[in-house]
Amino acid sequence: MSEQLLFRQATMPNGEQADVLVRDGLIVEMGNVTSKDARVVDAAGLQMLPGLVDLHTHLREPGFEQSETVLTGSQAAAVGGFTTVFPMANTSPVADNASVVELELARGREAGYVQVQPIGAVTAGLAGAELADLKGMADSRARVRVFSDDGKCVHDPLVMRRALEYVSAFDGVIAQHAQEPRLTEGAQMNEGEMASRLGLAGWPAIAEETIIARDVLIAESVGAALHVCHLSTAGSVEVIRWAKARGIRVTAEVTPHHLLLTEDLAESYDARFKVNPPLRSTEDVVAVRQGLGDGTIDIVATDHAPHPVEAKECEWGAAAFGMVGLESALSIVLLTMVETGQLSWSDVERVMSRTPSQIGRLEWSGLAVGAPARLTLVDPAVRSVFSTDQLAGRSHNSPYLGRELPGRVHYTAFDGYLTVDEGTLVPAETVAAHAVAGKGGVAHG
Amino acid sequence: MIRHLLSTRDLSRSSAIALLDTAEDMAALGARENKKLPALRGKTIVNLFYEDSTRTRISFEVAQKRLSADVINFSAKGSSVSKGESFKDTILTLRELGVDGVVIRHPSSGAPQLLAERDWIDVPVVNAGDGTHEHPTQALLDAFTLRKNLSGDDSRGRGLDDAHIVIVGDIFHSRVARSNVWLLQHLGARVTVVAPVTLIPSGAEQWPITISHDLDDVLRSDPDAVMMLRVQKERMREAFFPNAHEYAQGWGLTEERFEKLSSRTLIMHPGPMNRGLEICSAAADSSQSVILEQVANGVFVRMAVLYSILTGVSEVTHE
Repeated sequence: MSEQLLFRQATMPNGEQADVLVRDGLIVEMGNVTSKDARVVDAAGLQMLPGLVDLHTHLREPGFEQSETVLTGSQAAAVGGFTTVFPMANTSPVADNASVVELELARGREAGYVQVQPIGAVTAGLAGAELADLKGMADSRARVRVFSDDGKCVHDPLVMRRALEYVSAFDGVIAQHAQEPRLTEGAQMNEGEMASRLGLAGWPAIAEETIIARDVLIAESVGAALHVCHLSTAGSVEVIRWAKARGIRVTAEVTPHHLLLTEDLAESYDARFKVNPPLRSTEDVVAVRQGLGDGTIDIVATDHAPHPVEAKECEWGAAAFGMVGLESALSIVLLTMVETGQLSWSDVERVMSRTPSQIGRLEWSGLAVGAPARLTLVDPAVRSVFSTDQLAGRSHNSPYLGRELPGRVHYTAFDGYLTVDEGTLVPAETVAAHAVAGKGGVAHG
Repeated sequence: MIRHLLSTRDLSRSSAIALLDTAEDMAALGARENKKLPALRGKTIVNLFYEDSTRTRISFEVAQKRLSADVINFSAKGSSVSKGESFKDTILTLRELGVDGVVIRHPSSGAPQLLAERDWIDVPVVNAGDGTHEHPTQALLDAFTLRKNLSGDDSRGRGLDDAHIVIVGDIFHSRVARSNVWLLQHLGARVTVVAPVTLIPSGAEQWPITISHDLDDVLRSDPDAVMMLRVQKERMREAFFPNAHEYAQGWGLTEERFEKLSSRTLIMHPGPMNRGLEICSAAADSSQSVILEQVANGVFVRMAVLYSILTGVSEVTHE
């Protein structure tokens, strides 16, 4: 029997205020609610959103547990207001078969902080040559629908075409990491004057744009669904805009860091700012914000990429690509899109919860009576200097440390129980116990 | 006084001229029978070379020994990561060994800056070439050589105002070219770079240079100096240019081009040369070539840099 929770006077995405009563894993009442038995949470001034959904996460387990595990990554997600994450397939062993994705699924259920919905590899071993066990993963308990070689591009056009066709039989989608390998050999940062001056090999925009242009045409010809990961250039936004106008089944994501950070951060040679795709120019940042604002870009996804200290405290050229992002994602969207008037809170609900669920082929009910109680409450008014205290994952490679950011997640609830309570992560044992007790309340499918 | 020498880009005109003037003092001392100065006696300098180098390392070592410093040569060929010990751990080790200064060459751009800016070690750092970023002492020795030849005994206190310097070749991969572009600009010179379009770095049109792809046209403008850069033959496999023959025809200082050149135009090369590719022997060995002078001046300039940074003074005191 789980605790009843009454969130009093929360602000809904549409701006109205409501009380929300949660019982047995579900939202059971909304509006003006009284309850004698429930724990009352004063939510006045807090923005309520349906639990956030991240379509692009690296949980590093199995294989790279020194960086992150399913448990620690789930904790980072909860702290950031997420209730679902889609872990990418570049684990060791690679998630290219049913047993690995089922392992990830099981670990996620044990941890109990979020729904862990694995992404399967497109090609065996991410090698780009032979298809992975696509149907095997789709038919497994993990019910995989999103396939990606993320970290690597499915660069062979034949393999890409076949993969798109093959997964369309079970409503799958290929999430492409668009990076032409020959155009990015040894590449270290965005190509341009800054890279030339710093002596870091340039990563041209066309390396991303040519792959996206090719893939939307392939997707059109075979009538399949394509998702473009972490789009980062103004040209990519244009290609997606063109493809959507043509009716091509393409969706696209942008990361929080590409909405805020620019290439000049590389001037410090501080490898916390080394990421794939690289931080781009101010013009690109403006373009991706516009694209997200006008719906050309469908969603925000974190590309949360944990790395140990030694992979970042070294020469730029030797450092790993990637930055953690789950804990800070909502703050960055608030800063770059909401405070600038380019997105409303109902838009945030769309780009960080509803649409990522839909692209991931998950059911989504939002904040409604009868829906699974997956929600988060954020204080948008508070501003604080982002520090390692706010990082709940195992790795600290955040580009925002020391930066003042708006917004703070006060509560996150997953299937009726709190994973974040008064801004603090609920301990693992408590959450795991809830997860066991709550089985059958709301099924994960 | 500068604390580190990481790049020429952030070197002021006055600091650059002070270093060149100190190098003049070092050159004067170098003419004496006893070339050794006691200036850095008791100081330990480590030459931390993560990349092969004969010329630069020996030049630094000669400079250090003439200043009576204790020298440790640390050769860590290849990537620090691939060889096991991290860059940071190596630096922490050096700190505990108690070195007074680090001269570093590294294949990764920015490694000297990390060394200077992180709290790993707190000693002066001299960049002896990092990746495709900068090679500031090479640019200083080039400027010293130019100034000496263009202004003679009247060099002190002067820049290179209104001199026209042409840099030819693989600008794309060259840290020497980058350091020269910034330093020559600080010193008031006009810089033209000549290369195939593929070997001009992206965004270089924003740099204080004129870009040309026609060497004959540029040489007709009677420049004060032509600096030929080394071209690595492997570049043709990356489609930067078709083949060595075509490169030499288009962008090499061939005998035909050399014969048309004014006898006052200085011929420079940072070495090592690919004779017959970017430069012909007739030009390299001619009386207007200052290529060997560059090598000799490298010692004076490096003495000046080490002296200034490690003692914190720019005037040489004669003890």
